Amino acid sequence: MNVVDQELIAKVSPFNTSDSNAYNVRKDGKLLIRNITEDVSIISKEDGSGIDIYIKDNTKNALVFIPVIITKSGINDKVYNDFHIGKNAKATIMAGCAIRNNKNLDASHNGIHRFYLDEGAKVKYVEKHYADGHGQGHKTLDPITELYLGRNSSLEIDTVQISGVDSSNRITTGKLEDGATLSISEKIMTEKKQFAMTDFNIDLDGIDSSCHVVSRSVAKDDSKQVFKSNINGNNKCYGHVECDAIIQDNGHVHAIPEINAENINANLVHEATIGKIAGEQLIKLMSLGLSLEEAEAQIINGFLK
Amino acid sequence: MLELINVCFTRNNKKILDNINLKIDTNSFIAITGPNGSGKSTLAKIIMGIELPDSGKILFNNIDITNLSIAERAKLGISFAFQQPVKFKGITIYDILKLASSNQKLTKLEAYQILKEVGICGEEYLNRELNNSLSGGELKRIEIATVLLRNSKLNIFDEPEAGIDLWSFNNLINIFKNIHNNLASTTLIITHQERILNIADKIILIKNGKVDYFGENINIVDSICSNCPTKGGCNHECC
Ligand SMILES: Nc1ncnc2c1ncn2[C@@H]1O[C@H](COP(=O)(O)OP(=O)(O)OP(=O)(O)O)[C@@H](O)[C@H]1O
Ligand SMILES: [Mg+2]
Repeated sequence: MNVVDQELIAKVSPFNTSDSNAYNVRKDGKLLIRNITEDVSIISKEDGSGIDIYIKDNTKNALVFIPVIITKSGINDKVYNDFHIGKNAKATIMAGCAIRNNKNLDASHNGIHRFYLDEGAKVKYVEKHYADGHGQGHKTLDPITELYLGRNSSLEIDTVQISGVDSSNRITTGKLEDGATLSISEKIMTEKKQFAMTDFNIDLDGIDSSCHVVSRSVAKDDSKQVFKSNINGNNKCYGHVECDAIIQDNGHVHAIPEINAENINANLVHEATIGKIAGEQLIKLMSLGLSLEEAEAQIINGFLK
Repeated sequence: MLELINVCFTRNNKKILDNINLKIDTNSFIAITGPNGSGKSTLAKIIMGIELPDSGKILFNNIDITNLSIAERAKLGISFAFQQPVKFKGITIYDILKLASSNQKLTKLEAYQILKEVGICGEEYLNRELNNSLSGGELKRIEIATVLLRNSKLNIFDEPEAGIDLWSFNNLINIFKNIHNNLASTTLIITHQERILNIADKIILIKNGKVDYFGENINIVDSICSNCPTKGGCNHECC
Protein backbone atom coordinates (compact mmCIF):
# COMPACT_ATOMS: atom_id res chain seq x y z
CA MET A 1 0.00 0.00 0.00
CA ASN A 2 1.50 3.31 -0.98
CA VAL A 3 0.87 6.78 0.41
CA VAL A 4 -1.77 7.62 -2.17
CA ASP A 5 -3.64 4.41 -1.39
CA GLN A 6 -3.60 5.21 2.29
CA GLU A 7 -4.73 8.75 1.68
CA LEU A 8 -7.62 7.63 -0.49
CA ILE A 9 -8.69 4.93 1.94
CA ALA A 10 -8.67 7.46 4.73
CA LYS A 11 -11.20 9.55 2.77
CA VAL A 12 -13.80 6.82 3.04
CA SER A 13 -12.82 4.48 5.84
CA PRO A 14 -11.40 5.14 9.31
CA PHE A 15 -9.18 2.07 9.42
CA ASN A 16 -5.54 1.02 9.36
CA THR A 17 -3.89 -2.32 8.74
CA SER A 18 -2.85 -2.72 12.35
CA ASP A 19 -6.47 -3.18 13.27
CA SER A 20 -7.45 -6.60 14.43
CA ASN A 21 -10.71 -6.20 12.55
CA ALA A 22 -11.71 -7.91 9.36
CA TYR A 23 -10.97 -5.96 6.21
CA ASN A 24 -10.76 -6.26 2.48
CA VAL A 25 -9.27 -3.50 0.36
CA ARG A 26 -9.86 -3.54 -3.36
CA LYS A 27 -7.70 -1.40 -5.63
CA ASP A 28 -8.23 -0.80 -9.34
CA GLY A 29 -10.39 -3.87 -9.68
CA LYS A 30 -8.16 -6.27 -7.72
CA LEU A 31 -7.71 -7.40 -4.15
CA LEU A 32 -5.04 -5.38 -2.37
CA ILE A 33 -5.08 -6.70 1.20
CA ARG A 34 -7.40 -8.74 3.36
CA ASN A 35 -7.74 -9.81 6.97
CA ILE A 36 -10.26 -12.18 8.48
CA THR A 37 -11.15 -12.98 12.06
CA GLU A 38 -12.70 -15.85 13.95
CA ASP A 39 -16.19 -14.42 13.51
CA VAL A 40 -15.84 -12.83 10.11
CA SER A 41 -14.70 -14.65 7.00
CA ILE A 42 -14.23 -13.02 3.62
CA ILE A 43 -14.10 -15.29 0.59
CA SER A 44 -13.49 -14.27 -3.01
CA LYS A 45 -16.11 -15.48 -5.44
CA GLU A 46 -14.81 -18.19 -7.73
CA ASP A 47 -15.45 -16.26 -10.90
CA GLY A 48 -13.55 -13.31 -9.41
CA SER A 49 -16.58 -11.06 -9.51
CA GLY A 50 -16.47 -10.12 -5.85
CA ILE A 51 -16.56 -11.35 -2.29
CA ASP A 52 -18.80 -13.13 0.18
CA ILE A 53 -18.64 -11.94 3.75
CA TYR A 54 -19.91 -14.30 6.41
CA ILE A 55 -20.54 -13.21 9.95
CA LYS A 56 -21.20 -16.05 12.38
CA ASP A 57 -24.37 -16.46 14.44
CA ASN A 58 -24.31 -14.59 17.75
CA THR A 59 -21.21 -12.59 16.87
CA LYS A 60 -20.84 -9.64 19.21
CA ASN A 61 -19.98 -6.30 17.64
CA ALA A 62 -17.82 -7.30 14.67
CA LEU A 63 -16.17 -4.48 12.72
CA VAL A 64 -15.62 -4.98 9.00
CA PHE A 65 -13.95 -2.56 6.58
CA ILE A 66 -14.31 -3.00 2.84
CA PRO A 67 -12.99 0.10 1.09
CA VAL A 68 -12.53 0.27 -2.67
CA ILE A 69 -10.06 2.64 -4.26
CA ILE A 70 -9.56 3.54 -7.88
CA THR A 71 -6.35 5.33 -8.76
CA LYS A 72 -6.17 4.74 -12.50
CA SER A 73 -8.02 6.46 -15.26
CA GLY A 74 -10.06 4.20 -17.49
CA ILE A 75 -10.98 1.67 -14.83
CA ASN A 76 -14.55 0.50 -14.85
CA ASP A 77 -14.86 -1.67 -11.82
CA LYS A 78 -17.87 -3.82 -11.07
CA VAL A 79 -17.96 -5.88 -7.92
CA TYR A 80 -20.45 -8.04 -6.03
CA ASN A 81 -20.26 -7.90 -2.25
CA ASP A 82 -22.58 -10.31 -0.49
CA PHE A 83 -23.05 -10.01 3.23
CA HIS A 84 -24.40 -13.01 5.10
CA ILE A 85 -25.16 -12.01 8.66
CA GLY A 86 -25.87 -14.87 11.05
CA LYS A 87 -28.63 -15.16 13.64
CA ASN A 88 -28.47 -12.51 16.36
CA ALA A 89 -25.07 -11.36 15.12
CA LYS A 90 -24.17 -7.72 15.63
CA ALA A 91 -21.85 -5.96 13.19
CA THR A 92 -20.74 -2.61 11.87
CA ILE A 93 -19.62 -2.62 8.26
CA MET A 94 -17.77 0.35 6.77
CA ALA A 95 -17.71 0.45 3.01
CA GLY A 96 -16.72 3.19 0.66
CA CYS A 97 -15.30 4.02 -2.69
CA ALA A 98 -12.63 6.61 -3.34
CA ILE A 99 -11.76 7.53 -6.91
CA ARG A 100 -8.79 9.61 -7.95
CA ASN A 101 -8.93 10.23 -11.62
CA ASN A 102 -5.98 12.31 -12.74
CA LYS A 103 -6.18 11.45 -16.39
CA ASN A 104 -8.77 12.09 -19.00
CA LEU A 105 -10.29 8.65 -19.25
CA ASP A 106 -13.47 7.89 -17.36
CA ALA A 107 -13.42 5.93 -14.11
CA SER A 108 -16.35 4.20 -12.55
CA HIS A 109 -17.21 1.86 -9.75
CA ASN A 110 -20.37 -0.17 -9.62
CA GLY A 111 -20.72 -1.98 -6.33
CA ILE A 112 -23.52 -4.45 -6.00
CA HIS A 113 -24.13 -5.02 -2.32
CA ARG A 114 -26.47 -7.71 -1.17
CA PHE A 115 -27.37 -8.03 2.49
CA TYR A 116 -28.90 -11.18 3.91
CA LEU A 117 -29.77 -10.64 7.55
CA ASP A 118 -30.78 -13.72 9.48
CA GLU A 119 -33.26 -13.62 12.35
CA GLY A 120 -32.40 -11.04 15.01
CA ALA A 121 -29.24 -9.80 13.27
CA LYS A 122 -28.36 -6.18 13.89
CA VAL A 123 -26.16 -4.34 11.38
CA LYS A 124 -24.95 -0.82 10.87
CA TYR A 125 -23.65 -0.19 7.37
CA VAL A 126 -21.76 3.02 6.66
CA GLU A 127 -20.91 3.94 3.09
CA LYS A 128 -18.90 6.93 1.97
CA HIS A 129 -18.21 8.06 -1.55
CA TYR A 130 -15.38 10.27 -2.53
CA ALA A 131 -13.81 11.30 -5.80
CA ASP A 132 -11.13 13.76 -6.77
CA GLY A 133 -8.42 14.23 -9.39
CA HIS A 134 -7.34 16.83 -11.87
CA GLY A 135 -8.15 14.99 -15.08
CA GLN A 136 -11.14 15.61 -17.29
CA GLY A 137 -12.19 11.98 -16.94
CA HIS A 138 -15.71 11.43 -15.70
CA LYS A 139 -16.04 9.89 -12.24
CA THR A 140 -19.08 7.71 -11.95
CA LEU A 141 -20.53 5.68 -9.09
CA ASP A 142 -23.54 3.46 -9.55
CA PRO A 143 -24.06 1.42 -6.39
CA ILE A 144 -26.83 -1.11 -6.24
CA THR A 145 -27.91 -2.33 -2.84
CA GLU A 146 -30.27 -5.21 -2.19
CA LEU A 147 -31.53 -5.83 1.30
CA TYR A 148 -33.15 -8.95 2.68
CA LEU A 149 -34.10 -8.50 6.31
CA GLY A 150 -35.17 -11.61 8.21
CA ARG A 151 -37.49 -11.71 11.22
CA ASN A 152 -36.75 -9.08 13.85
CA SER A 153 -33.49 -8.12 12.23
CA SER A 154 -32.47 -4.51 11.96
CA LEU A 155 -30.29 -2.66 9.50
CA GLU A 156 -29.14 0.92 9.71
CA ILE A 157 -27.60 2.40 6.57
CA ASP A 158 -25.67 5.63 6.46
CA THR A 159 -24.51 6.90 3.09
CA VAL A 160 -22.61 10.08 2.36
CA GLN A 161 -21.63 11.54 -0.99
CA ILE A 162 -20.16 15.00 -0.77
CA SER A 163 -19.23 16.47 -4.17
CA GLY A 164 -16.48 15.13 -6.42
CA VAL A 165 -18.65 12.49 -8.09
CA ASP A 166 -19.77 13.54 -11.56
CA SER A 167 -22.58 11.11 -11.87
CA SER A 168 -24.17 8.65 -9.52
CA ASN A 169 -27.19 6.46 -9.71
CA ARG A 170 -27.89 4.70 -6.46
CA ILE A 171 -30.52 2.00 -6.45
CA THR A 172 -31.65 0.37 -3.23
CA THR A 173 -34.24 -2.35 -2.92
CA GLY A 174 -35.35 -4.04 0.27
CA LYS A 175 -37.64 -6.77 1.54
CA LEU A 176 -38.54 -6.87 5.20
CA GLU A 177 -39.98 -9.81 7.12
CA ASP A 178 -41.94 -9.73 10.39
CA GLY A 179 -40.64 -7.25 12.93
CA ALA A 180 -37.68 -6.19 10.79
CA THR A 181 -36.52 -2.56 10.94
CA LEU A 182 -34.68 -0.68 8.25
CA SER A 183 -33.40 2.84 8.67
CA ILE A 184 -31.59 4.67 5.93
CA SER A 185 -29.95 8.05 6.13
CA GLU A 186 -28.35 9.59 3.07
CA LYS A 187 -26.48 12.87 2.70
CA ILE A 188 -25.72 14.17 -0.75
CA MET A 189 -24.05 17.32 -1.96
CA THR A 190 -23.64 18.01 -5.65
CA GLU A 191 -22.00 20.94 -7.37
CA LYS A 192 -20.89 22.13 -10.82
CA LYS A 193 -22.55 19.93 -13.42
CA GLN A 194 -22.83 16.85 -11.24
CA PHE A 195 -25.79 14.54 -11.30
CA ALA A 196 -26.98 12.30 -8.48
CA MET A 197 -29.94 10.01 -8.47
CA THR A 198 -31.28 7.88 -5.64
CA ASP A 199 -33.96 5.32 -5.99
CA PHE A 200 -35.43 3.40 -3.06
CA ASN A 201 -37.86 0.58 -3.45
CA ILE A 202 -38.82 -1.05 -0.18
CA ASP A 203 -41.32 -3.84 0.41
CA LEU A 204 -42.66 -3.99 3.92
CA ASP A 205 -43.85 -7.59 3.70
CA GLY A 206 -43.82 -8.65 7.35
CA ILE A 207 -46.15 -7.86 10.24
CA ASP A 208 -44.79 -4.90 12.22
CA SER A 209 -41.94 -4.34 9.82
CA SER A 210 -40.88 -0.72 9.58
CA CYS A 211 -38.63 1.53 7.59
CA HIS A 212 -37.38 5.10 7.90
CA VAL A 213 -35.66 6.83 5.03
CA VAL A 214 -34.17 10.26 5.65
CA SER A 215 -32.49 12.00 2.74
CA ARG A 216 -30.81 15.36 3.11
CA SER A 217 -29.25 16.92 0.08
CA VAL A 218 -27.78 20.13 -1.23
CA ALA A 219 -27.65 20.92 -4.95
CA LYS A 220 -25.33 23.78 -5.87
CA ASP A 221 -24.28 25.45 -9.12
CA ASP A 222 -25.80 23.69 -12.13
CA SER A 223 -26.03 20.28 -10.49
CA LYS A 224 -29.09 18.07 -10.63
CA GLN A 225 -30.52 15.50 -8.27
CA VAL A 226 -33.38 13.09 -8.51
CA PHE A 227 -34.86 11.45 -5.45
CA LYS A 228 -37.23 8.57 -6.00
CA SER A 229 -38.71 6.43 -3.34
CA ASN A 230 -41.36 3.82 -3.32
CA ILE A 231 -42.49 2.17 -0.13
CA ASN A 232 -44.93 -0.70 -0.40
CA GLY A 233 -46.86 -1.53 2.73
CA ASN A 234 -47.92 -5.12 2.22
CA ASN A 235 -48.84 -5.85 5.81
CA LYS A 236 -49.42 -4.14 9.13
CA CYS A 237 -46.33 -1.97 8.98
CA TYR A 238 -44.94 1.52 9.29
CA GLY A 239 -43.00 3.38 6.63
CA HIS A 240 -41.67 6.91 6.75
CA VAL A 241 -39.75 8.78 4.06
CA GLU A 242 -38.36 12.25 4.50
CA CYS A 243 -36.65 14.03 1.66
CA ASP A 244 -35.24 17.41 2.50
CA ALA A 245 -33.30 19.35 -0.10
CA ILE A 246 -31.62 22.74 -0.22
CA ILE A 247 -31.09 24.28 -3.63
CA GLN A 248 -28.59 27.02 -4.40
CA ASP A 249 -27.60 28.87 -7.58
CA ASN A 250 -29.12 26.88 -10.46
CA GLY A 251 -29.29 23.66 -8.48
CA HIS A 252 -32.14 21.39 -9.39
CA VAL A 253 -33.87 18.75 -7.27
CA HIS A 254 -36.66 16.53 -8.41
CA ALA A 255 -38.39 14.45 -5.73
CA ILE A 256 -40.71 11.67 -6.75
CA PRO A 257 -42.34 10.16 -3.71
CA GLU A 258 -44.52 7.11 -3.91
CA ILE A 259 -46.17 5.28 -1.06
CA ASN A 260 -48.34 2.35 -1.74
CA ALA A 261 -50.57 0.72 0.90
CA GLU A 262 -51.59 -2.82 -0.01
CA ASN A 263 -52.90 -3.55 3.45
CA ILE A 264 -55.52 -1.75 5.53
CA ASN A 265 -53.15 -1.63 8.50
CA ALA A 266 -50.23 -0.16 6.62
CA ASN A 267 -49.24 3.28 7.88
CA LEU A 268 -47.07 5.19 5.42
CA VAL A 269 -45.84 8.77 5.56
CA HIS A 270 -43.92 10.77 3.02
CA GLU A 271 -42.52 14.24 3.55
CA ALA A 272 -40.60 16.15 0.92
CA THR A 273 -39.28 19.68 1.20
CA ILE A 274 -37.23 21.51 -1.41
CA GLY A 275 -36.16 25.10 -1.13
CA LYS A 276 -33.36 27.52 -0.73
CA ILE A 277 -31.89 28.27 2.68
CA ALA A 278 -34.53 29.93 4.84
CA GLY A 279 -33.96 33.68 4.92
CA GLU A 280 -34.57 33.87 8.65
CA GLN A 281 -31.78 31.34 9.30
CA LEU A 282 -29.34 33.54 7.40
CA ILE A 283 -30.58 36.62 9.24
CA LYS A 284 -30.13 34.97 12.63
CA LEU A 285 -26.53 33.95 11.90
CA MET A 286 -25.70 37.31 10.35
CA SER A 287 -27.04 38.98 13.50
CA LEU A 288 -24.36 36.99 15.33
CA GLY A 289 -21.77 38.66 13.12
CA LEU A 290 -21.37 36.09 10.32
CA SER A 291 -21.13 37.23 6.71
CA LEU A 292 -23.67 35.90 4.24
CA GLU A 293 -21.16 33.33 2.92
CA GLU A 294 -20.19 32.21 6.42
CA ALA A 295 -23.83 31.90 7.41
CA GLU A 296 -24.60 29.79 4.32
CA ALA A 297 -21.63 27.52 5.00
CA GLN A 298 -22.68 26.97 8.62
CA ILE A 299 -26.25 26.15 7.65
CA ILE A 300 -25.18 23.69 4.95
CA ASN A 301 -22.52 22.04 7.14
CA GLY A 302 -25.06 21.54 9.89
CA PHE A 303 -27.66 20.24 7.46
CA LEU A 304 -25.30 17.62 6.03
CA LYS A 305 -23.60 16.75 9.32
CA MET B 1 -25.50 56.02 21.74
CA LEU B 2 -28.42 55.23 19.44
CA GLU B 3 -30.31 57.80 17.49
CA LEU B 4 -33.16 57.40 15.04
CA ILE B 5 -33.95 60.44 12.93
CA ASN B 6 -37.18 60.68 10.94
CA VAL B 7 -37.29 56.92 10.31
CA CYS B 8 -40.17 55.83 8.07
CA PHE B 9 -41.11 52.38 6.88
CA THR B 10 -44.14 51.80 4.69
CA ARG B 11 -45.44 48.50 3.29
CA ASN B 12 -48.64 47.89 1.35
CA ASN B 13 -49.56 51.57 1.76
CA LYS B 14 -49.41 51.15 5.54
CA LYS B 15 -47.11 53.41 7.52
CA ILE B 16 -45.66 50.77 9.79
CA LEU B 17 -43.14 53.23 11.21
CA ASP B 18 -44.23 56.82 10.86
CA ASN B 19 -41.44 59.32 11.34
CA ILE B 20 -39.74 57.83 14.37
CA ASN B 21 -37.33 60.05 16.31
CA LEU B 22 -35.54 58.58 19.31
CA LYS B 23 -32.37 59.31 21.20
CA ILE B 24 -31.19 56.57 23.52
CA ASP B 25 -28.42 57.17 26.07
CA THR B 26 -25.61 54.79 26.88
CA ASN B 27 -26.27 52.53 29.83
CA SER B 28 -29.99 53.02 29.79
CA PHE B 29 -32.47 50.25 30.21
CA ILE B 30 -35.51 50.95 28.14
CA ALA B 31 -38.76 49.09 27.73
CA ILE B 32 -40.69 49.43 24.49
CA THR B 33 -44.37 48.66 24.70
CA GLY B 34 -47.54 49.21 22.76
CA PRO B 35 -50.43 47.35 21.15
CA ASN B 36 -50.01 44.34 18.87
CA GLY B 37 -49.14 45.40 15.38
CA SER B 38 -48.06 48.89 16.43
CA GLY B 39 -44.58 48.47 14.91
CA LYS B 40 -42.34 47.46 17.84
CA SER B 41 -40.69 44.47 16.19
CA THR B 42 -40.29 46.42 12.97
CA LEU B 43 -38.50 49.14 14.92
CA ALA B 44 -36.12 46.53 16.38
CA LYS B 45 -35.49 45.01 12.94
CA ILE B 46 -34.73 48.44 11.53
CA ILE B 47 -32.11 48.96 14.25
CA MET B 48 -30.55 45.52 13.60
CA GLY B 49 -30.59 46.07 9.82
CA ILE B 50 -33.02 43.27 9.05
CA GLU B 51 -35.32 45.83 7.47
CA LEU B 52 -34.06 49.03 5.88
CA PRO B 53 -36.04 52.25 6.36
CA ASP B 54 -37.56 53.98 3.35
CA SER B 55 -36.25 57.25 4.70
CA GLY B 56 -34.51 58.57 7.77
CA LYS B 57 -31.23 57.89 9.48
CA ILE B 58 -29.87 55.66 12.22
CA LEU B 59 -26.77 56.63 14.19
CA PHE B 60 -24.96 54.25 16.50
CA ASN B 61 -22.24 55.82 18.64
CA ASN B 62 -22.21 58.67 16.14
CA ILE B 63 -21.63 56.35 13.17
CA ASP B 64 -24.26 56.43 10.45
CA ILE B 65 -25.33 52.78 10.23
CA THR B 66 -28.41 53.36 8.06
CA ASN B 67 -26.91 51.46 5.14
CA LEU B 68 -24.79 48.92 7.01
CA SER B 69 -25.53 45.21 6.74
CA ILE B 70 -26.77 43.07 9.62
CA ALA B 71 -23.32 41.54 10.15
CA GLU B 72 -21.62 44.94 10.14
CA ARG B 73 -24.02 46.18 12.79
CA ALA B 74 -23.48 43.00 14.81
CA LYS B 75 -19.74 43.63 14.69
CA LEU B 76 -20.21 47.20 15.85
CA GLY B 77 -22.00 45.84 18.92
CA ILE B 78 -25.70 45.42 18.28
CA SER B 79 -27.45 42.19 19.26
CA PHE B 80 -31.02 41.12 18.78
CA ALA B 81 -33.07 38.34 20.35
CA PHE B 82 -35.87 37.49 17.93
CA GLN B 83 -39.51 37.42 18.97
CA GLN B 84 -39.80 34.10 17.14
CA PRO B 85 -36.56 32.14 17.56
CA VAL B 86 -35.24 30.64 14.33
CA LYS B 87 -34.96 26.85 14.02
CA PHE B 88 -32.26 24.98 12.14
CA LYS B 89 -31.65 21.47 10.87
CA GLY B 90 -28.47 19.90 12.12
CA ILE B 91 -27.22 22.90 14.09
CA THR B 92 -27.01 22.04 17.77
CA ILE B 93 -27.49 24.28 20.77
CA TYR B 94 -23.75 24.07 21.41
CA ASP B 95 -23.08 25.08 17.78
CA ILE B 96 -25.25 28.19 17.98
CA LEU B 97 -23.80 29.21 21.33
CA LYS B 98 -20.27 28.85 19.90
CA LEU B 99 -21.24 30.97 16.90
CA ALA B 100 -22.73 33.57 19.20
CA SER B 101 -19.84 33.81 21.62
CA SER B 102 -17.38 36.35 20.37
CA ASN B 103 -14.31 34.15 20.85
CA GLN B 104 -15.79 31.09 19.04
CA LYS B 105 -13.91 28.93 21.52
CA LEU B 106 -16.70 28.54 24.01
CA THR B 107 -16.06 25.41 26.07
CA LYS B 108 -18.81 22.95 26.89
CA LEU B 109 -18.65 24.05 30.50
CA GLU B 110 -19.10 27.70 29.58
CA ALA B 111 -21.96 26.79 27.27
CA TYR B 112 -23.55 24.77 30.03
CA GLN B 113 -23.24 27.69 32.41
CA ILE B 114 -24.90 30.17 30.12
CA LEU B 115 -27.76 27.72 29.56
CA LYS B 116 -28.15 27.38 33.31
CA GLU B 117 -28.32 31.13 33.57
CA VAL B 118 -31.33 31.20 31.27
CA GLY B 119 -32.90 28.29 33.10
CA ILE B 120 -31.99 25.29 30.95
CA CYS B 121 -30.35 22.55 32.95
CA GLY B 122 -28.91 19.29 31.72
CA GLU B 123 -25.77 18.73 29.70
CA GLU B 124 -27.69 16.64 27.19
CA TYR B 125 -29.18 19.85 25.82
CA LEU B 126 -25.86 20.93 24.33
CA ASN B 127 -25.99 18.30 21.59
CA ARG B 128 -29.64 18.69 20.81
CA GLU B 129 -30.59 20.25 17.50
CA LEU B 130 -32.11 23.69 17.48
CA ASN B 131 -35.34 22.39 15.97
CA ASN B 132 -38.98 21.71 16.74
CA SER B 133 -38.12 19.04 19.27
CA LEU B 134 -37.37 21.87 21.71
CA SER B 135 -40.31 23.51 23.44
CA GLY B 136 -41.22 27.11 22.65
CA GLY B 137 -39.94 28.26 26.03
CA GLU B 138 -36.65 26.41 25.57
CA LEU B 139 -36.10 27.98 22.16
CA LYS B 140 -36.83 31.38 23.64
CA ARG B 141 -34.30 30.88 26.44
CA ILE B 142 -31.60 29.76 23.99
CA GLU B 143 -32.35 32.82 21.89
CA ILE B 144 -31.77 34.98 24.96
CA ALA B 145 -28.53 33.08 25.71
CA THR B 146 -27.16 33.81 22.22
CA VAL B 147 -27.56 37.52 22.89
CA LEU B 148 -26.12 37.37 26.42
CA LEU B 149 -23.00 35.61 25.08
CA ARG B 150 -22.22 38.40 22.68
CA ASN B 151 -21.59 41.01 25.37
CA SER B 152 -22.79 43.67 22.99
CA LYS B 153 -23.04 47.37 23.64
CA LEU B 154 -26.67 47.40 22.58
CA ASN B 155 -28.96 44.45 23.33
CA ILE B 156 -32.43 44.31 21.90
CA PHE B 157 -34.87 41.68 23.19
CA ASP B 158 -38.19 41.21 21.44
CA GLU B 159 -40.73 39.98 23.99
CA PRO B 160 -38.28 37.79 25.90
CA GLU B 161 -40.97 36.88 28.42
CA ALA B 162 -43.27 35.30 25.84
CA GLY B 163 -43.62 31.59 26.52
CA ILE B 164 -41.52 31.67 29.68
CA ASP B 165 -43.35 30.16 32.64
CA LEU B 166 -44.11 32.26 35.68
CA TRP B 167 -41.71 30.44 37.92
CA SER B 168 -38.76 31.12 35.63
CA PHE B 169 -39.92 34.62 35.07
CA ASN B 170 -38.22 35.82 38.26
CA ASN B 171 -34.93 34.46 36.95
CA LEU B 172 -35.47 36.26 33.70
CA ILE B 173 -36.07 39.52 35.54
CA ASN B 174 -32.83 38.88 37.45
CA ILE B 175 -30.96 38.34 34.19
CA PHE B 176 -32.13 41.72 32.98
CA LYS B 177 -31.33 43.37 36.28
CA ASN B 178 -27.83 41.92 36.06
CA ILE B 179 -27.32 43.16 32.52
CA HIS B 180 -28.46 46.51 33.74
CA ASN B 181 -26.20 46.60 36.79
CA ASN B 182 -23.03 44.94 35.59
CA LEU B 183 -22.45 45.84 32.00
CA ALA B 184 -21.70 49.07 30.33
CA SER B 185 -24.44 48.26 27.88
CA THR B 186 -27.72 49.60 26.70
CA THR B 187 -30.80 47.43 26.68
CA LEU B 188 -34.00 47.76 24.70
CA ILE B 189 -36.71 45.31 25.70
CA ILE B 190 -39.93 45.03 23.80
CA THR B 191 -42.44 43.78 26.32
CA HIS B 192 -46.05 43.60 27.38
CA GLN B 193 -45.15 42.63 30.94
CA GLU B 194 -45.74 45.06 33.77
CA ARG B 195 -42.94 43.56 35.82
CA ILE B 196 -40.40 44.22 33.11
CA LEU B 197 -41.84 47.67 32.50
CA ASN B 198 -41.38 48.32 36.22
CA ILE B 199 -37.62 47.75 36.18
CA ALA B 200 -36.98 49.96 33.15
CA ASP B 201 -35.42 53.42 33.46
CA LYS B 202 -37.47 54.75 30.61
CA ILE B 203 -40.43 53.68 28.60
CA ILE B 204 -41.18 54.03 24.90
CA LEU B 205 -44.80 53.63 23.96
CA ILE B 206 -45.41 52.91 20.28
CA LYS B 207 -48.86 53.36 18.78
CA ASN B 208 -49.73 53.13 15.09
CA GLY B 209 -46.09 53.33 14.12
CA LYS B 210 -45.49 56.51 16.10
CA VAL B 211 -43.68 57.22 19.35
CA ASP B 212 -46.62 58.06 21.59
CA TYR B 213 -44.56 58.49 24.73
CA PHE B 214 -40.85 58.40 25.52
CA GLY B 215 -39.77 59.36 28.99
CA GLU B 216 -39.44 58.49 32.61
CA ASN B 217 -40.99 55.32 33.89
CA ILE B 218 -44.37 56.59 34.97
CA ASN B 219 -47.16 54.13 35.48
CA ILE B 220 -47.49 53.51 31.81
CA VAL B 221 -50.19 50.89 32.10
CA ASP B 222 -52.62 53.32 33.67
CA SER B 223 -51.73 55.97 31.17
CA ILE B 224 -52.33 53.60 28.27
CA CYS B 225 -55.71 52.72 29.67
CA SER B 226 -56.79 56.27 30.29
CA ASN B 227 -56.93 56.65 26.51
CA CYS B 228 -58.86 53.49 26.05
CA PRO B 229 -62.60 53.69 25.39
CA THR B 230 -63.25 51.16 28.16
CA LYS B 231 -61.34 53.44 30.56
CA GLY B 232 -59.11 50.73 31.90
CA GLY B 233 -61.83 48.14 32.23
CA CYS B 234 -60.11 45.96 29.68
CA ASN B 235 -57.31 44.39 31.68
CA HIS B 236 -54.81 46.25 29.51
CA GLU B 237 -55.33 43.82 26.64
CA CYS B 238 -56.93 46.01 24.02
CA CYS B 239 -54.74 49.01 24.50
N1 LIG C 1 -42.59 43.43 5.64
C1 LIG C 1 -43.86 43.74 5.96
N2 LIG C 1 -44.81 43.80 4.98
C2 LIG C 1 -46.10 44.09 5.28
N3 LIG C 1 -46.54 44.35 6.51
C3 LIG C 1 -45.66 44.30 7.53
C4 LIG C 1 -44.29 43.98 7.30
N4 LIG C 1 -43.63 44.01 8.49
C5 LIG C 1 -44.57 44.32 9.41
N5 LIG C 1 -45.78 44.50 8.84
C6 LIG C 1 -47.02 44.92 9.54
O1 LIG C 1 -46.68 46.01 10.32
C7 LIG C 1 -47.35 46.02 11.54
C8 LIG C 1 -46.36 46.10 12.69
O2 LIG C 1 -45.73 44.84 12.85
P1 LIG C 1 -44.76 44.54 14.06
O3 LIG C 1 -44.35 43.13 13.96
O4 LIG C 1 -43.69 45.56 14.08
O5 LIG C 1 -45.74 44.75 15.30
P2 LIG C 1 -45.46 44.59 16.86
O6 LIG C 1 -45.70 45.90 17.46
O7 LIG C 1 -44.16 43.96 17.08
O8 LIG C 1 -46.64 43.61 17.28
P3 LIG C 1 -46.68 42.42 18.38
O9 LIG C 1 -46.93 43.04 19.71
O10 LIG C 1 -47.86 41.62 17.95
O11 LIG C 1 -45.41 41.65 18.28
C9 LIG C 1 -48.22 44.79 11.52
O12 LIG C 1 -49.52 45.17 11.12
C10 LIG C 1 -47.57 43.90 10.50
O13 LIG C 1 -48.50 43.05 9.91
MG1 LIG D 1 -43.55 42.08 17.75
